[in-house]
Amino acid sequence: MLQIECPWCGPHDETEYHYGGQAHVAYPEDPEALSDEEWAEYLFYRDNPKGPFAERWVHSTGCRRWFNVVRDTVTYEVLAVYTGARPEVASAGGDR
Amino acid sequence: MADSILDTTSGPVELRRSPLAATAAGVAEAGAGGGGVRLAERPFTTMVGLRVVPGSTAADAIGAVLGAPLPAGVGEVTGEGDHRTLWLGPDEWLVVSDGSREELLSRLRAAAEGPGVAIVDVSANRTVLELEGPAARSVLDKGCPADLHPRAFGAGRAITTTLARVPVLLWQTGEQTYRLLPRSSYAEYVAAWLLDAAQEFLEPVG
Repeated sequence: MLQIECPWCGPHDETEYHYGGQAHVAYPEDPEALSDEEWAEYLFYRDNPKGPFAERWVHSTGCRRWFNVVRDTVTYEVLAVYTGARPEVASAGGDR
Repeated sequence: MADSILDTTSGPVELRRSPLAATAAGVAEAGAGGGGVRLAERPFTTMVGLRVVPGSTAADAIGAVLGAPLPAGVGEVTGEGDHRTLWLGPDEWLVVSDGSREELLSRLRAAAEGPGVAIVDVSANRTVLELEGPAARSVLDKGCPADLHPRAFGAGRAITTTLARVPVLLWQTGEQTYRLLPRSSYAEYVAAWLLDAAQEFLEPVG
């Protein structure tokens, strides 16, 4: 089981959290201007890297706050936990 | 009709029913047990949900009413006398009080109001179960993912976590005393789970 360190509550078991998918998916600047294909890509298409991956988590049974985690999808190692801007470790990216 | 099931002469206080009314007999039996653990319900406890910007004048005013500043971080509990304030999140707290619900609400509302301040009576949201005895931590360890060892937890600390997969507020009030605050709809399940988990400790050894 993963142990994730909530920025507010400290380390807790994975079962106390819920997963929220890929982080840093920005809402389109001008949604009206998007074609159906671009809109579908924004809604449904997500990266699936092998390696570090920035993702959203919520501490649902604790403080109920959302934050970001960089997790290695190969080793399941939690590389960083942060709120706000993406730290250096995430920009390393992974082989796609 | 004399034997009407609806007694219109009594007020809301007489009519209220604990969420554990159906399991009360089992809980009472466990409460009387002389073994390693005792379980009891403290029904109808006054609880007030607070949301306010930490460090603001409204937060200070609320702290003044409660007799202690609002807790600043996870696990912290502050307060003196009747009121205890439990940390639920960076801007969310729960006041648990032995005092009158109406009085506490009116005093809090008089101290702070306006946008960004929420003072809500949530007394019916949860019930309070008290688990006490030398085996209390062993019982909780069977179903709680949080580390309750004294190196990580202790008397005067409270966290929101899960017990037997349902969300509870877990508050250690003494060396061997824990208060569990499940939501009312989960209360019967939590009580039944605790009675089952505590079974091996209820009978005196020998």
